[in-house]
Amino acid sequence: MNIDWTAFTPWSALAGGAIIGFAAMLFALFNGRVTGISGIVGGLLRPSLPDAPWRAAFLAGLIVAPIVYRLFAGPPNLTIDANYPTLVLAGILVGLGTRYGSGCTSGHGVCGLSRLSLRSLVATLAFMAAGFATVFATRHILT
Amino acid sequence: MYAFFAFVAGLVFGIGLLVSGMINPVKVLGFLDLAGPWDPSLALVMVGAVAIGIIGFVMAGRRATTVLGTPMLLPTARTIDKRLIVGGAVFGVGWGLAGFCPGPALAALGTGHLKAIVFVAAMVTGMLVFEWIEGTKARSPARLEPAAGGSSE
Repeated sequence: MNIDWTAFTPWSALAGGAIIGFAAMLFALFNGRVTGISGIVGGLLRPSLPDAPWRAAFLAGLIVAPIVYRLFAGPPNLTIDANYPTLVLAGILVGLGTRYGSGCTSGHGVCGLSRLSLRSLVATLAFMAAGFATVFATRHILT
Repeated sequence: MYAFFAFVAGLVFGIGLLVSGMINPVKVLGFLDLAGPWDPSLALVMVGAVAIGIIGFVMAGRRATTVLGTPMLLPTARTIDKRLIVGGAVFGVGWGLAGFCPGPALAALGTGHLKAIVFVAAMVTGMLVFEWIEGTKARSPARLEPAAGGSSE
């Protein structure tokens, strides 16, 4: 295993991670919920539930974050290499898989691990393993 | 008030994704590529997030209601079943293909990047397909609410 020292950003990773953890703390204390992004979006797609306002408000906060960030730190680095067909396929798999498995990197990863949930640990290992295997296949076998 | 605090939490969460660099699929894929030049940043993002998150959930766990006086609605599911693992694996394949998971993809919408918009549209389509499949499965009138609706991490 070769660490790419030019790409590795340990301090901003730790600091950004702590900010994400703080958001999870705020949401647990004030809203009594986990910051599971796929669950928050998925719930909006069920119009029968009366909790659309807070879901929409959370997502609005997430979406305006780059605009706020830009005021202080300039434009963020964002490079999306995948082509359009790949993005469509990947998006469908992410949408289906996160709902079927009841969570994503935020719900099972950040919040589940913070809650010491074995269920979330298993889910996190499943999507991490699949992610590692997929990148290995696309970058080292199929090319 | 409840929706206002949800907005603040979403904003802080998004700022964390930006500061950590996790909004950028290149960094996520750099972590997932163990066999290439490896960028361990994502692991440290998890360390930072869980370190603070643990404190938050211990504090929340000691409370009967939220600071706003509303009920605590933290997940209670403990079942480890095929759905959890297969769903996780399907998500992981999509994550590895594009380098986007739901949080960063939604935050990236705010940059106006067309590719982020396409990814989010496809992701919402995938979620709607899930709702449709669950809906047809739960068509039997005995069920009030499909089981999958209960707990979402």
